[in-house]
Amino acid sequence: MREFKYVITDPEGIHARPAGELVKAAKAFTCSVKLSKDGKAGDCKKIFGIMGLGVKKGNEVILTFDGDDEDAAYEAVSKFMQENL
Amino acid sequence: MQVYSGKSVFGGVAIGKIQVYAREDDGRQVKRIRVEDAEAEVIRCREATKEAMAQLGRLYEKALQEVGEANAAIFEIHQMMLEDGDYQESIENIIRTQSVNAEYAVAQTADNFSQMFASMEDDYMRGRAADVKDISGRLLTILQGGEKTGIHTQEPVIIVADDLAPSETVQLDKDKVLSFVTIHGSSNSHTAILARTMGIPSLIGTALPPDETLDGKLGIVDGTNGLFYVDPDEETYARLQQAQREEAEKRQLLQTLKGRENITLDGQKIMLYANIGNSKDLAVVLQNDAGGIGLFRSEFIYLESDHYPTEEEQFRVYKPVAETMGQKRVIIRTLDIGADKQCDYFEMAKEENPALGCRAIRICLTRPEIFKTQLRALFRASAYGKLAIMYPMITSVGEVRRIREIVEEVKRELDSQGIQYGNPEQGIMIETPAAAIISDQLAGEVDFFSIGTNDLTQYLLAIDRQNTALDEFYDPHHPAVLRMISLVVENAHKAGIWAGICGELGADTELTREFLAMGVDELSVSPGKILPIRKIVLETDVAEYKKNRPGI
Repeated sequence: MREFKYVITDPEGIHARPAGELVKAAKAFTCSVKLSKDGKAGDCKKIFGIMGLGVKKGNEVILTFDGDDEDAAYEAVSKFMQENL
Repeated sequence: MQVYSGKSVFGGVAIGKIQVYAREDDGRQVKRIRVEDAEAEVIRCREATKEAMAQLGRLYEKALQEVGEANAAIFEIHQMMLEDGDYQESIENIIRTQSVNAEYAVAQTADNFSQMFASMEDDYMRGRAADVKDISGRLLTILQGGEKTGIHTQEPVIIVADDLAPSETVQLDKDKVLSFVTIHGSSNSHTAILARTMGIPSLIGTALPPDETLDGKLGIVDGTNGLFYVDPDEETYARLQQAQREEAEKRQLLQTLKGRENITLDGQKIMLYANIGNSKDLAVVLQNDAGGIGLFRSEFIYLESDHYPTEEEQFRVYKPVAETMGQKRVIIRTLDIGADKQCDYFEMAKEENPALGCRAIRICLTRPEIFKTQLRALFRASAYGKLAIMYPMITSVGEVRRIREIVEEVKRELDSQGIQYGNPEQGIMIETPAAAIISDQLAGEVDFFSIGTNDLTQYLLAIDRQNTALDEFYDPHHPAVLRMISLVVENAHKAGIWAGICGELGADTELTREFLAMGVDELSVSPGKILPIRKIVLETDVAEYKKNRPGI
């Protein structure tokens, strides 16, 4: 399992569009990708799961990757987060 | 007559019959029906989902054409929501555990999910409840075998709605819409964006009764004052009809100004150029008869990228602009990142005071490899048209000389590689008080000046222009600003170079005569401002104005 901590810098937080892109990025992998904020976790492959967390600018989120291709997923998704959120 | 006020998203007057937007799910009855074969309902629901996905795919393509990629993305998001495992699971669970019809399960799930958004803290997320209702409504319509409704009318109407979902606005027959008036919605909503794209007067957040009693009545939308009249009295009708006519005449008149030279009654000429922030704006530049591009902000190339744009990537942007504009001058400003425009991959250190920090030319001079990539692309593109290069945030002669050295290096490299390039003019932005004060010295080093009044004003008045709490202290016509501009123009002319203005002040029509009197050679403004300024230029007698010129 791999973990990635990140503080959201996008002023709008994880709004619909980046949430959609995050789902796209996570779905490219078979491992589970979870996003959690304040102990509440959402499935990164489900848009409602991510948007339901209501992540805002300044929030610290933890991404966890678990499964066969977790390393590749870690690389891709953490890069996505840094570039877009 | 009733009058309602709303927030205007586009000015102008629209007069016509009101149609309250009929939504197919308004008053839709979803009955809970017990079924024997729950699996058959699940399959029916999956089929409907498939159809809904296909519809959304088509809407995405349509929206892409009408409102661009960024605004079309909503339909992709709707697809994701529809496909979302939790959403689908919830529907199927309800069908199976309660042995009920698919419609009821969808309606229940829609309620639960939109409830989740409606209870969230921020407005944006609360607004997403509408998306859930939209996708669920689509599913229900398919399940019930219904047709999407919309406008049923032969003549164009004023559309009144609670708020319009993106899928609804895209499906509207645009020729039938005079105006949008919505009860909810934000200025960034789809409806607002569409209204601006279509250029029709529209209001959002209008305090209207949420019923259909307005249907068929005569309405007037006054987009300029943010008012909506229902059953207007004769006086109001006549007044606004007059306003509408005047506006149409004004537009007409501006059209007649196309192709005219920018010359005053007493023969003084001025160049009227356009400011643009993206190659996509080129069409608007030409439509408005700009004499050239006075400020092409190259930042978008950096801001839209996730890596340092390569020489080729940049060349592919600059070359078509140069070619399209032909013999018209195109002034490209080198990268102006920093302060309020940040790019993650630049990995800039966090600054206490970014407006006074590492930005624009300061980045270029401390990281010349980035600067050289852009310069190479610009010099190569300059072989294809009349390009000029402009350097931002200059404060000293030393900086200009260092830029020259780097430029010489770039040219030598291109020469040694046998790569063709042109001979672009090179100028600087005058946007710091330091540059304005030593403009006599700087004038000998460059081909032109362009005064960036936004930053110059903020630095001169020591006021953050983004802080609205300081509005009462912010005087864009402050004599210090006007004197600086006058000084810069004077110093430019002494050295035999030209000077223009590319900040917002350049488009301030109250000052056009004053700028002419100062001898400003060029004004670079947003494309829509070119013809109104041309009109003033054509009507001005500079010598006459100077007789009663207010002192600065």
